[in-house]
Amino acid sequence: MVVKVYGPAYASPKRVILCLVEKEIEFETVPVDLIKGEQRSPEYLKLQPFGELPVIQDGDFILYESRAIMRYYAEKYRSQGTELLGKTIEERGLVEQWLEVEAHNYNPAIYELTIQLLFSSKFGRPVDEKLVKESDEKLGKTLDVYEERLSKSKYLAGDFFSLADLSHIPFTHYLVGPMGRQHMIRDRKHVSAWWDDISNRPSWKKVLELCKTPFG
Amino acid sequence: MVVKVYGPAYASPKRVIVCLIEKQIEFETAPVDLIKGEHRNPEYLKLQPFGALPVIQDGDFTLYESRAIIRYYAEKYRSQGTELLGKTIEERGLVEQWLEVEAHNYHPPIYEMTVQLLFASKLGLSVDEKLVKKSEEKLGKVLDVYEERLSKSNYLAGDFFSLADLSHLPFTQYLVGPMEKEYMIRDRKHVSAWWDDISNRPSWKKVLELY
Repeated sequence: MVVKVYGPAYASPKRVILCLVEKEIEFETVPVDLIKGEQRSPEYLKLQPFGELPVIQDGDFILYESRAIMRYYAEKYRSQGTELLGKTIEERGLVEQWLEVEAHNYNPAIYELTIQLLFSSKFGRPVDEKLVKESDEKLGKTLDVYEERLSKSKYLAGDFFSLADLSHIPFTHYLVGPMGRQHMIRDRKHVSAWWDDISNRPSWKKVLELCKTPFG
Repeated sequence: MVVKVYGPAYASPKRVIVCLIEKQIEFETAPVDLIKGEHRNPEYLKLQPFGALPVIQDGDFTLYESRAIIRYYAEKYRSQGTELLGKTIEERGLVEQWLEVEAHNYHPPIYEMTVQLLFASKLGLSVDEKLVKKSEEKLGKVLDVYEERLSKSNYLAGDFFSLADLSHLPFTQYLVGPMEKEYMIRDRKHVSAWWDDISNRPSWKKVLELY
């Protein structure tokens, strides 16, 4: 019985899938169509009561919140695949710090841009240009801090790839692609080099092959 | 040399302080005045480049983001004080899940209410009543899910107190206190019992005494 991941077409589930590929853990996926509102169906809400993606089922064990799922597998399968939590407790602390930064400083702005620029039309709603402008500014300020950090260290938590870098990949893929905001990454020399490095990992290329996004 | 925690007057740093008390770790604090904008001065930004509270200094080791700091200490001092991460890897997974729920579902509306109802006037800004109403509705929906969960389990991650419950203490204290929205907790039987339990822990009472 392999772990089942719900909602592979979308960005948050891709954090989990990427982590499973890095850790060499077998999995299968179950589609959930957000446009049809399948995440609000009674069956789905039994698994994830907030109606969000993703959720995993691993035998009897059900877990939701992509960053919780990644931490769980990175710890449970510590001895196989890529080390994603650093080597020491202090390195793990820095991984946790940058995962929190991604969750609280990076993700809210880029998520708002995703909703406005990529999903509004699918839901028949107009784009809120003021919100787009605010989000662009917030994201830019966060990327300035990243530029400074990455001028001193190859990856966010240190000189090692970790969950903190991985967590950025799915939504940043939207930013440089269908959102047409590649300049936000390319205008920042160290962020640009970091993005090239992490987005060219074989694991990410595999995820993109296996799980199409709704935007191409 | 003991760990130094910046900004003890505020809610997010209190997550760290209550965790250190639960884990029986000595600490000292350094005040940071948000109204005076001390979190934006160059010395503070060297420690926490996003200008947010808290940050800790533990010898040469600097760490920020309250939920990262509590995970770090709960793991490093696993063998002393209260166990805050559950006993098994699966229990830890559930702790992580509910910590993420607190961070993404509970915290944003309660934080918005804090800024509007408790800080707007201090910063000379008018209260955005529409935002307060929207945030209260969002928070209510989250609390309905909590009510269902806590009808099946004593604490969020299971029948054990953990970082997931602890993380809710500081801002919920604002909600039932100065924000005068205690009814949001009391109107929900199991949330109410859970709140009584966690807010009466000696560690939390100590935090409220000290800061």
